[in-house]
Amino acid sequence: MQASVIVFPGSNCDRDVAVCLEAVTGKKPNMVWHGNSDLPDSDVIVLPGGFSYGDYLRCGSMAANSPIMKEVVLKAQKGTAVLGICNGFQVLTECGLLPGVLIRNADLNFVCRNTRLIVDNNTTPFTGLYQQGEEVVIPVAHNEGNYFADDETLDELSGEGRIVLSYAPDDNPNGACKNIAGICDASGRVLGMMPHPERRAETALGGEDGKRMFTGLVEALS
Amino acid sequence: MTEDTTPPRTNHINDTEITPEIVAEHGLMPDEYENVVAHMGRTPNMTELGVFSVMWSEHCSYKSSRKWLKKLPVSGPQVIQGPGENAGVIDIGDGDAAVFKMESHNHPSFIEPYQGAATGVGGIMRDVFTMGARPVANMNALRFGDPSHPKTRHLVAGVVHGIGGYGNCIGVPTVGGEVNFDSCYNGNILVNAMCVGLARTDKIFYAAATGIGAPVVYVGSKTGRDGIHGATMASAEFDDTSEEKRPTVQVGDPFTEKLLLEACQELMASDAIIAIQDMGAAGLTSSSVEMADKGGVGIILDLDKIPCRETHMTGYEMLLSESQERMLMVLKPGRESEAEAIFLRWGLDFAVVGSLTDTGRMVVHHEGRMIADMPLEPLADGAPEYDRPYTPTPLAPHVDPSQMDDTNITDALKTLMGCSEIASRRWIYEQYDSMVMGDTLAGPGGDAALVRVHGTKKALAISTDVTPRYCLAQPVEGGKQAVAEAYRNISATGATPLAITNCLNFGNPERPEIMGQFVECLEGMGAACEALDFPVVSGNVSLYNETNGQGINPTPAIGGVGLIEDYEKAVGNAFTQSNQYIFVLGKTEGHLGSSLYQRFILQDDAIYAPPSVDLELERKHGEFVRDLIDAGIVNAVHDISDGGLLVAVAEMCLPHNVGCHIDDNNTAKFWFGEDQGRYVLVGDDADKILAQANASGLTLTYLGKTGGTELTIAERVHISVEQLDAVHENWLPDYMKTV
Repeated sequence: MQASVIVFPGSNCDRDVAVCLEAVTGKKPNMVWHGNSDLPDSDVIVLPGGFSYGDYLRCGSMAANSPIMKEVVLKAQKGTAVLGICNGFQVLTECGLLPGVLIRNADLNFVCRNTRLIVDNNTTPFTGLYQQGEEVVIPVAHNEGNYFADDETLDELSGEGRIVLSYAPDDNPNGACKNIAGICDASGRVLGMMPHPERRAETALGGEDGKRMFTGLVEALS
Repeated sequence: MTEDTTPPRTNHINDTEITPEIVAEHGLMPDEYENVVAHMGRTPNMTELGVFSVMWSEHCSYKSSRKWLKKLPVSGPQVIQGPGENAGVIDIGDGDAAVFKMESHNHPSFIEPYQGAATGVGGIMRDVFTMGARPVANMNALRFGDPSHPKTRHLVAGVVHGIGGYGNCIGVPTVGGEVNFDSCYNGNILVNAMCVGLARTDKIFYAAATGIGAPVVYVGSKTGRDGIHGATMASAEFDDTSEEKRPTVQVGDPFTEKLLLEACQELMASDAIIAIQDMGAAGLTSSSVEMADKGGVGIILDLDKIPCRETHMTGYEMLLSESQERMLMVLKPGRESEAEAIFLRWGLDFAVVGSLTDTGRMVVHHEGRMIADMPLEPLADGAPEYDRPYTPTPLAPHVDPSQMDDTNITDALKTLMGCSEIASRRWIYEQYDSMVMGDTLAGPGGDAALVRVHGTKKALAISTDVTPRYCLAQPVEGGKQAVAEAYRNISATGATPLAITNCLNFGNPERPEIMGQFVECLEGMGAACEALDFPVVSGNVSLYNETNGQGINPTPAIGGVGLIEDYEKAVGNAFTQSNQYIFVLGKTEGHLGSSLYQRFILQDDAIYAPPSVDLELERKHGEFVRDLIDAGIVNAVHDISDGGLLVAVAEMCLPHNVGCHIDDNNTAKFWFGEDQGRYVLVGDDADKILAQANASGLTLTYLGKTGGTELTIAERVHISVEQLDAVHENWLPDYMKTV
């Protein structure tokens, strides 16, 4: 599996996810600068966490308009898997690949801690190695992770099984509607999630619950 | 020089006559001003006076502290660079180096907590990456006023948001720190930020500029009017009008710093840089003076080339601005365009603003006139060195406060676990990204944080420590204790302590009793560094932490760094399973003077002697603990500090909700005394642990066994871990909620 990681000015989890992808695939991912308009062929495109463009204007909004994003949207429409983590999820909502918006955490504070997540849909290429309904531990680190959408969109997401990951009901760190931690598009091939699976991919860092997302991707896409 | 076509300003700032009032406004004493005139050989103009005043401010010149700082141990086989550069550097083997420093941002944080704290974090990271290192961990040591003081809550919230806002954005994990609350900080909070970076030993960058004619280059953000005279403000006492100084607080932009970090790293991978210096306190002035002076050259600057954010800035303002996220570099001639391409790609300003000369002078041109021409040597090194008078701190009585015989141990434990000094700091540290970069093996909440050296088995152990109430009662012992506690916290993880940085926060040094605290704390620190082979490689002094004549407790914060070769051998500080044996290493005499038991249970504010530190024993205990961890004989270790033995044991129960049973019949003194040099050790093989202690001739006491969901002591104490956890966790969030 060949991965590409998009690097925006202000991305800061690009290296972390690249380390994890390389460990799992045995191949260095392409690191693609935001200003490029060429995106090499890859099986999965990762939009990493961080503060693209300093989160100025609105989280993810400027990154969503950078040259490389036109390519990302085109590839996604043609079926390339896209994973947006944290700031990457914000970019995916801003560029319209995913519905809804991520607003400020309900308590107005940045939050960095482990969260307990429920895998609500294990039929996506990202979640094939988890059991349906399984509880896993993956950390979050964000200031704007409070997922919000109108009732119609929320009903559609849950009706179509597009809520892929949700916080355990007693462990919602940000006030997200329906405890949403991650959603996918109608094809199931574009996933946006606030938790950081790359931070839970080694026993030395506390566990490997996040690693299964990447090993699962390799199985699904190779 | 290019021909200047701009007409000279009417009413140029340099045309102002220098009066004694203007000299005083610049914070210079009359005799200091006479020295300036003597060095100049004439009366300085306003610009020159401004430059001298910041270079000779306490903040930049260390004029009150230098004499005593020279006495600290600064060398050792592990030291690559000691004090005097942007940050200290130590060798951690295999061609790797750890680069670190701690710095205060006290005055600005009190005036404007968010920006003050944020720019403190930004500044210390620049000090570290200027040396060629990539920052890998941030720490902080914070002191706030009494929780009941009306400003405290606002300051806590602002400082925590500021630290998080900067560190989280740039993507360097904040892995730990310490927080105290005490009324002595009501008018002067302390915000000390520490940064640790990693570099290769053969790619360290220094500030000394060499090469006559080499271009001087400005990179990073544009220059504005923010922070003018920040260094002078940081060298003065506060009074009730201090908040009017808000415009002298700088404003931070972590996004720009992230770009600056990446651009600098990219350029540093080449060999184009001769010297590099962060524009920190006193901005362009101090960076250019220090680079040129350290290299023994001269410098000429053309201020018309400085990228400015505001219009009509005077040369005086440009030279003294403390706008953030700027660096000054000297490049090899001919490498300008290569460097420019990198900075422009990262969207940053890049300008050649001057060149090196052989004159030993700093010459500054602006708008067609030469606005300053000064000798460098006296600017950098000519500040007076004061041997300020000091009086020894009176000996605090060497007796314990009288105990209450009927102290209920359970109630006392609950009170201490939920007091402002011991309560969980989770509300704070969960606002910091402690995991980014994917190498945080142990984040906030442990004795020391552990951060892996990326791609290796090695890890750095980092801890910040000082107990200001001990320093107040007996500065020599307090100074020793701060270093010893850092040593202990690092040893408790299994890592070997290597070196420290410090941030020396004191009151007004012109008062002999404050100077006495300073001298004595340094004496204790020096003795401990010497005895523990734990030299000082960098640091910062913050004096004049006083408001309306009320000084802070002496607070010499220590940032310790250690190394463990194989992080898989490291241990945590929590009980992880049942049926393990619990021991105390070190003698428990029950010293209650200056303890938290005195403050929170006896509620006695008299000053009693703090526990003394036996440095020789401290070292033996540290070595013993590290050997046990290395041999895999113990699986959890916790140092015993604030609150004493029972608080340490209770803290070990919390993370995994594992209780313990202790079979003992001692009194409050035993459980809450703060005798130094002690650790709680936990392991499966009691005989082996005891045998090792006997062989080493050390005092080891069996305490009990882990297990259950309660902490029990014989028949006297029964308290559920859940209940302990609730009092421990609730204090800070409850406090921050109340309006």
